[in-house]
Amino acid sequence: MYLTSLEERMLAGEYGYAAQKAMEILVALGKIYDAERMIEIRSAQISGVSYSNLGEEGLEFLLKLAEDGRVRVPTTLNPCGMDLEEWREMSVPEDFAEKQLRVIEAYQRLGVEPTLTCTPYLAGNMPGFGDHVAWSESSAVIYVNSVIGARTNREGGPSALAAAIAGRTPLYGLHLDEARRPTIIVRAPRISGELDASALGYHVGRIIMSGVPLFTGLGAVSRDQLKALGAGLASSGGIALFHVEGITPEAHMYSREHVEDVIEVTESDLRDEVEMLDEGFDDPDLIFIGCPHASIEELTEVYLLLGGRRVSRRFWIFASKTVRAQAERIGLLAKLEALGVRVYCDTCPIVAPLKRLGFKNVLTNSMKAAYYLRNLHDVRVRLKPLQGLVEDAVR
Amino acid sequence: MKLLLEGRVIWEGHVEGEALATRQPISFYGGVDPETGRIIEKGHELEGVSISDKILVFPYGKGSTVGSYILLRLKKRGLAPRAIINQKCEPIIAVGVIIAEIPCVDLIDVGRISTGDILRIDGPRVEIWKRMPKP
Repeated sequence: MYLTSLEERMLAGEYGYAAQKAMEILVALGKIYDAERMIEIRSAQISGVSYSNLGEEGLEFLLKLAEDGRVRVPTTLNPCGMDLEEWREMSVPEDFAEKQLRVIEAYQRLGVEPTLTCTPYLAGNMPGFGDHVAWSESSAVIYVNSVIGARTNREGGPSALAAAIAGRTPLYGLHLDEARRPTIIVRAPRISGELDASALGYHVGRIIMSGVPLFTGLGAVSRDQLKALGAGLASSGGIALFHVEGITPEAHMYSREHVEDVIEVTESDLRDEVEMLDEGFDDPDLIFIGCPHASIEELTEVYLLLGGRRVSRRFWIFASKTVRAQAERIGLLAKLEALGVRVYCDTCPIVAPLKRLGFKNVLTNSMKAAYYLRNLHDVRVRLKPLQGLVEDAVR
Repeated sequence: MKLLLEGRVIWEGHVEGEALATRQPISFYGGVDPETGRIIEKGHELEGVSISDKILVFPYGKGSTVGSYILLRLKKRGLAPRAIINQKCEPIIAVGVIIAEIPCVDLIDVGRISTGDILRIDGPRVEIWKRMPKP
């Protein structure tokens, strides 16, 4: 693999321990994937924030990197296990909170912005078309590749951190045109709302498991639907890029000669997919949206659907601090809170210690959330479209 | 009987030890207990077996990228494998052995190594003394 003299010097340790460790990781990845050289990146997004996964040893490692390392590009952080300001109100245990705060502090010492969101693109980390970046968090990776047209592989937490510290990543995979061409055409039905989009993504991901799907027949889709579609594809199939005919920026850029298959998805496929994860109960103790983190449009939609009615169950929205601040500025946050809706930041039900918070029956509109909640937290999950969530909340 | 195989260095090391070999991939996140060094993945052929201080031989890693940090946690607690040999190393294991500084070689035909074989890793070279068949 070709290295510039700066890269050689970083690898040799002339820029300190952190830069050397970062280059060692990147060179090993380059070797594994036959990269010819490195490519400079414009931004990074880092997962691996939860103390329960990092452990004391992972935290020590971050602190050691922070002794002489700083990120070289704007770098944002995935959600952690609690809202940094309102964790007491969420009934997060004290010991959990204390350890979580130490991890975030370690990242801050490295120069990472504690955005704590899985939607960095709604929180100021917005690359341009064709930019190379190094992102982890599967739903953010697929969004930035597909909807924005920036280029990243599906990084893990440590490899994204290494890329941020070195300011570069090995040039292979989705950084190159060859891997971005559609490999399968999906004839999709018209969809409405985020649950439909989420189910479509989850269904297609589960069936194809790899490759680059090109969706046709979808009609007009919103940014929030694209977010939900991508999260579904990434969680069931590990997909990192999709195209939507007439909508996403690269859909028309490549020839279709590499398409190996055409599949057709019907409305009943989507219903079946939802039913597979839906555990059918009538008494949710938590209703939430925001997996991935909700946009200002989704907050507005909740307010409009409520139509002045107060919720009688816990209705939580998970969003980035940026979106929460936007909502505050336009008076939307106060209006939602007046109706009993809470907007939490920095965390999500997947990474929060949900069981320790005492929830058993959870209602949401995200297939990704349903999949992880069932597997990681052992809670029961119901799936309904947003309208259904709101009606259950006021019932 | 002695065999000599040559692979590719992921993290350089010069160590000798006893092989613990499996044909099944390993997920370190959720599949290995960072407190005990035992494999805890349900139904894995090594379920319940400790990987500590062994030269762990498996085709490739799988599962969440958090697995890299599990390798680091094992190393700091003195529970890590002495070295890792893979058929084809992927990012979870590669990043894990680099941050934990565990010797690792890949592009080795792992089917030729059995549990109990004595191995010597010398950079990219792996010397294998086959375990004597039981009489």
